Amino acid sequence: MSTPASEEFPAGDARSGAHPGEAQPGGAQPMAGSPPVAGPGPSHAELAAMSREELVTLGGEMDGVRVVYAEPPVPPGSRLEKRAVRQVAASFLGVTLSVVAFVVLFVAWPWQLDYSGQGEGFDYAALYTPLLGLTLGSALTFLGVGVVLWAKKLMTYEVVVQDRHEGASPQIERQTTAATMLSGLNDTGIGRHTLVRRTLLLASAALGLLAVVPLVGGLIKKPGDQLFRTPWEPGMRLLGLDGVPVRPLDMRPGSLQTVFPPVEAGNRSADAVTMLIRLLPDQAQRYRPREGQEGYRWNDFVAFSKICTHAGCPVSLYEQETGLILCPCHQSQFDVTDGAKSIFGPATRSLPQLPLDVDNDGYFVATSDFTEPIGPAFWERSS
Amino acid sequence: MSTSAPARPATPIGRAASGADERLTIAGPLRRTLNKVFPDHWSFLLGEIALYTFVILLLTGTYLTFFFDASMEEVVYDGSYDPLRGVEMSKAYATSLDISFDVRGGLLMRQIHHWAALLFVAAIVVHLMRTFFTGAFRKPREANWMIGVALLVLGILEGVFGYSLPDDLLSGTGLRIINAIIMSIPVIGTWTAFAIFGGEFPGEVIIARFYILHVLLIPGILLALISAHLLLIVKNKHTQFPGPGRTEDNVVGKRFFPVFAVKSGGFFMVVFGLTAALGGLVQINPIWLYGPYNPGLVSAGSQPDWYVGFLDGSTRLFPPWDLYIFGYNIPPLFWPTIVMPGILFTLLALYPIIEAKLTKDTAHHNLLQRPRDVPVRTAIGAMALAFYTVLWISGGNDLIADKFNISLNAMTWVGRIGLIVLPPIAYWVAYRLCLGLQQHDRQVLEHGVETGIIRRLPHGEFIEVHQPLGPVDAHGHGSLQYGGAPVPKRMNHIGGLGRAVKGFFTPIEDAAPRHDPALDEERQVELTGSGRPKDTEA
Repeated sequence: MSTPASEEFPAGDARSGAHPGEAQPGGAQPMAGSPPVAGPGPSHAELAAMSREELVTLGGEMDGVRVVYAEPPVPPGSRLEKRAVRQVAASFLGVTLSVVAFVVLFVAWPWQLDYSGQGEGFDYAALYTPLLGLTLGSALTFLGVGVVLWAKKLMTYEVVVQDRHEGASPQIERQTTAATMLSGLNDTGIGRHTLVRRTLLLASAALGLLAVVPLVGGLIKKPGDQLFRTPWEPGMRLLGLDGVPVRPLDMRPGSLQTVFPPVEAGNRSADAVTMLIRLLPDQAQRYRPREGQEGYRWNDFVAFSKICTHAGCPVSLYEQETGLILCPCHQSQFDVTDGAKSIFGPATRSLPQLPLDVDNDGYFVATSDFTEPIGPAFWERSS
Repeated sequence: MSTSAPARPATPIGRAASGADERLTIAGPLRRTLNKVFPDHWSFLLGEIALYTFVILLLTGTYLTFFFDASMEEVVYDGSYDPLRGVEMSKAYATSLDISFDVRGGLLMRQIHHWAALLFVAAIVVHLMRTFFTGAFRKPREANWMIGVALLVLGILEGVFGYSLPDDLLSGTGLRIINAIIMSIPVIGTWTAFAIFGGEFPGEVIIARFYILHVLLIPGILLALISAHLLLIVKNKHTQFPGPGRTEDNVVGKRFFPVFAVKSGGFFMVVFGLTAALGGLVQINPIWLYGPYNPGLVSAGSQPDWYVGFLDGSTRLFPPWDLYIFGYNIPPLFWPTIVMPGILFTLLALYPIIEAKLTKDTAHHNLLQRPRDVPVRTAIGAMALAFYTVLWISGGNDLIADKFNISLNAMTWVGRIGLIVLPPIAYWVAYRLCLGLQQHDRQVLEHGVETGIIRRLPHGEFIEVHQPLGPVDAHGHGSLQYGGAPVPKRMNHIGGLGRAVKGFFTPIEDAAPRHDPALDEERQVELTGSGRPKDTEA
């Protein structure tokens, strides 16, 4: 039996991709110039007379594939084979059982948490998701294990060698392709007509703009002074989490309270959120304000922006003994008694301070907005 | 050539196949596909795990979109999770809670989705390490390596967008940091952040925008790149480890059909099954415990998903250096979150080109290398891993400090110093290990395998008998050359001990007849210490 592979192409070409097995779909021969021919393969009658094994071998030869070793993993009819069959079948049975269990649980198991009993007795709904996961997982795993066992224990163990045909195409392909391309390119005249080339380049750049402008134009928002101001205004009272204005006597020494301006959605504002801290007496004694911010405190009380000057997380962890504030995101530390100066970690700037006062009714008020941008830094901020 | 027409197929399937071929001319390509040979090695499964988890992500993700509403509109929660009832929250968070509590099996799907996402990136990283350390990225596969790096970066981004969507306190904290990172970019940062977030943080559009990126744009790109990745593998064929009969010009393994296809399908099901079990049994991202996002709140120990940990670590370790240029500010956040990963991923993507340039290697490579045989590359990899590991551990340094009662500041300094000191140490250790392993391979090839048999010579010296692996010369030195493949190091590797007979309670097969060298007439020569047959003439 002859194969197209060995007859039509010199051995030297086999390395460089001229193998019919690797040719384009449709069976076109890669030999340029000559019309595709079927090759002197076996005739229809010869093919019809071949056994399945012979056909497989022939196909393998056409694809550059040789089976060098093939052996059933277990002797056919042996106890080993019977055991393998039992294992595979048991796995597949496990799939069915697991799926049935999954469906039954899915439909019948209590699944919504019940808060009416308020913690009396065990809520079986808490087991809903774990049970579903267990049965779904075991169904799929059983299927996978069964299939792998099937392939490993019952299918022929084979060692097959396939030739590679890689690397550069044969010279004839490369040169004819290059010539065709260059000839076509030459025909367009793009090399000669400089004006066409340049205006086309210009047009492409313009079209590129067309792709960018609508998107950017739609998305762009002018930052304006938004990053330089917050909702705080002079005379605004400081509201606690419950929306009630805070008075000095509401806070014990060493305590911290998160406060908001009395504006709509102020308690969800990302830039106005502020920490009102009542220093311990000794901390108040050694408190050192930042330069020019001496008047920002009110007696033992200081207020700082809660938004970290590093990446904008709320700095929430206040250690009242040391007066240190820790940001839980990247562990920047700020010393409240030193004007909330950054003393460790990646933050570079102090937390901005909100100037405080108490109005005639005895409530805390801000005497102005923060005097510098709060939160993470950005290009336009100059100090 | 005979003119007798082929007989018409007798079976319906045969007729259907014949009809399909008449229309598509597909018989040849189909046979070539069925006959395609895949080499067999456990490490080739790692990339498959990434592929399978991606399919799981598509399936579970599609399910989740049926119930999720990516809106930041404020609603009052009225679902069945009691502790949050009556709380104001965004629709995104409320529908995430609904998926968890008011959709049957919804929590299972959500948790499978999250676990699959973690596994997806993990499988990509391990697959990348396999490809790196075995040199599988060399010519002609450089482009596929770069596609792989792009898949890694997109996979990380896709994960970040995904965990931003539920709009709980944790994901909102992540969004806040993302906003700050974008703002830190020189010149265009502020405008870019305002464009992406539709104004000052948090705005009202970011969840919807990240949603469409997460469910359409990035998955689409991922799908296209994965297709290209697989097509290039088919085009270039798999690499293979050196071994008997394996050359640069062939592939030794199993045909696609049936064994490889069936096994791969089975592995997919195993991966899917284990991920489903994880999703059901192991809780992940319990968003109902975090509460809705509020810019003024945060919980201690906030952590990103594992694959962002190294960026969190670099951010924590970076010293507080503020840079002012002509009155403009470059914040310290810019360097560890934009510049560093930019450099790292660029170097990673370009590594095949860099290595080829430095080693002047322009050859075509289909055989893999053992890491020990390329000590410099292996050491570079170890160095990179050490760097990455220090960053990654530093991403959780507050938890380590808390659990082990270490000062937080000390942990930060350990990270800062370790980042500079450990990588060179890792380089040196890996390099020496490679050389040592190489030497041991060659020693065994030359002197044979240690048998564990100690022999006393007439003059009292004790020697250990070595089993040569092949023919030996007059001095007892093996003549086998190292071929880049594993060298047997123990007697069991060369059949010194017979295979155990199968059967749990009773043997179900006959023990293979054991070849006893002691009974072999030709082997009755005495061996010397190095395994050389004793000179019988002397």
